[in-house]
Amino acid sequence: MRWKSSDYAGWGRVLRASGEVARPERAAAVAQATADTPSPAIGMRRSYGDACLNDGGRVIDMTRLDRVLDFDATTGEIHVEAGAMIGELLATFSPRGWLPPVMPGTGFATVGGGICMDVHGKNHHGAGSLGQHVTEITLMTGDGPRTITPKDDAPLFKATVGGLGQTGPILSARFRLLKAKGDVMVVTERRVQDWDEFLHLLDASDATYSVGWIDATARGLSLGRGILEEAETGGGLVRPAKRGRKVPMDAPGLTLSPPVVRAFNAAYWRRVPASGRTLVKPVDDFFFPLDKIHDWNRLYGKRGFHQFQCVVPLAEADRLRGILEKVANSGLASPLAVLKRTGPGRAGFLSFPMEGYTLAVDFPNRTGAERLIRDLIRMAAEAGGRIYFAKDSVASPEAVRGMYSEQGQWLDEVERIDPGAAFATDLVRRLKLRERT
Amino acid sequence: MSTTWIVLGATSTIARHFARLVAAKGDGLILAGRDMEELRRSAADGLARGAPLAEAMAFDARDPASFDPLLDRLRAIGGSISVAVFVGSMPSQEDIDADPSLVDGTVTDSFTGPARFLTAVAPILEERGMGTVVGVGSVAGDRGRLGNYVYGASKAGFHAYLSGLRNRLGRSGVHVVTVKPGTVDTAMTWGMDKLPFLAPPEKVAADILRAVERRTDVLYTPFIWWPVMTVIRAIPERIFKKMKI
Repeated sequence: MRWKSSDYAGWGRVLRASGEVARPERAAAVAQATADTPSPAIGMRRSYGDACLNDGGRVIDMTRLDRVLDFDATTGEIHVEAGAMIGELLATFSPRGWLPPVMPGTGFATVGGGICMDVHGKNHHGAGSLGQHVTEITLMTGDGPRTITPKDDAPLFKATVGGLGQTGPILSARFRLLKAKGDVMVVTERRVQDWDEFLHLLDASDATYSVGWIDATARGLSLGRGILEEAETGGGLVRPAKRGRKVPMDAPGLTLSPPVVRAFNAAYWRRVPASGRTLVKPVDDFFFPLDKIHDWNRLYGKRGFHQFQCVVPLAEADRLRGILEKVANSGLASPLAVLKRTGPGRAGFLSFPMEGYTLAVDFPNRTGAERLIRDLIRMAAEAGGRIYFAKDSVASPEAVRGMYSEQGQWLDEVERIDPGAAFATDLVRRLKLRERT
Repeated sequence: MSTTWIVLGATSTIARHFARLVAAKGDGLILAGRDMEELRRSAADGLARGAPLAEAMAFDARDPASFDPLLDRLRAIGGSISVAVFVGSMPSQEDIDADPSLVDGTVTDSFTGPARFLTAVAPILEERGMGTVVGVGSVAGDRGRLGNYVYGASKAGFHAYLSGLRNRLGRSGVHVVTVKPGTVDTAMTWGMDKLPFLAPPEKVAADILRAVERRTDVLYTPFIWWPVMTVIRAIPERIFKKMKI
């Protein structure tokens, strides 16, 4: 197996690593790489922080193993290699009326990465997390491939789903696609005036897919204003999606300065008529709105950016309002901020979701951003909530302690499978997730 | 119009992407190569993406006995038959210099093996009077270079063979595309230093499909290699022999 010295980064580009990368193109080559050096597997590196980094060590890039190994056109069950991108599955199967059961905000995420983060999507309140749809996972172990199911290998399965890759590389997985009415989305957009209205609308929504864009720069009476998008799948004609655009270079620092963001957000909010509107969108436009701009992370310039995402229980909505207020008053937020009601669905010991509300906000990597995010993490913990490891790049071990109540059970399994911590990543080391407290 | 592709060397990265593209168009696939487990995985991928037929079969350029079952199988398939050849091997020139017996294997994998198969399949294609042959050569075949001239010589031979085959099969309505890729981002080039114009395999595969549809004779992919190789071919031998490129 050839290993290539590389410098690489998470999506936020603040945290970076250098080390050797193998990129097997055959299943047998994964076994060989694992036999060479058991190493964490990585995908498209859409985790924002250091979940996909192993500085000074080796990683196995799984993106070349992206084949569909089986598809049952009557049940929608699919068996797919871990390097397959979720958006690619959407593009392949939506014309035939099937959608991946859960899709994160980017279609560039791989199936393997999606499982290791137990990702949620705009249908989480109804459909749960990705891991809940997975019926079988094939892991690469030192002794070759091993297939596990949620029924027969419950603890190992729950340590793998959402388990940050600490049980070893995932080779392939089986799950069921969801039957869709057609390959377009019928989307209703509504202007929301403030925080209270937002929560009220989210609570009352019975849409299959729902997500709120929030103006994280709006303060005072406008705090929490935004746009609620609710959607269902639909059939019918739609113009073909335009080709993607690419951000050709790192943007200068002014691009996302506070006045520009405030003006952009105000205009973006008013884009939706006060009375709301309903439109038909191609599926990928609805699920992956940012993917149309390739490498959009470069808009944040060379210094990169952070994302803060937390979830708090339903009853702690007021504390989440406090978190948003702190963000709004800081003037550091970017236009990318999302509010969503989540259901109880989660499939692993370290899965992020809980029944409640989740808020995600991007921050350019500027003075004060890290400190602000540390405060926000503390506020989330006080609210009985937790932060999303896929997004984090600033938390400390102490700050996340207790957020994941099943961490001990996860660690039992992980230590059994990987006693030498060969699969540890920068994230796991930074947050001391594999140390007992 | 749909056809059934016999893909030789189907485990190669470019072949895999090419198979995926033609499967999505509704073409059938016979994926041939040595690693049966990988071929079966790729055949499954072809079926899931829309190929009406996708089978894995053994093919070894160095073992002509492996050609017969494949020829029998494609005789049994009705309608249009097409062949895409992605086989080849590129040991480093230093390894060949140290062990001259490697020359034979390189020439067999990259030239005579595929040429022998194509010669056997040609009458079937002529009889059907339709279909396409895609032969993947290399820009390395355009000029013998210090760095890999045995591989280059094999590919040069293959290019000349394809040119003659085009001349022959064109008379019965079968088109032959010669593909000359530059460096492609695959397991073969992974970890090599400073490769010029490194192309993603999916782009090369898409270029090949477009060449099939437009009935291009000779395709340089990515296109930048056409001017580059035009210049390199034009350098007088007296100067070229002193160059290291």
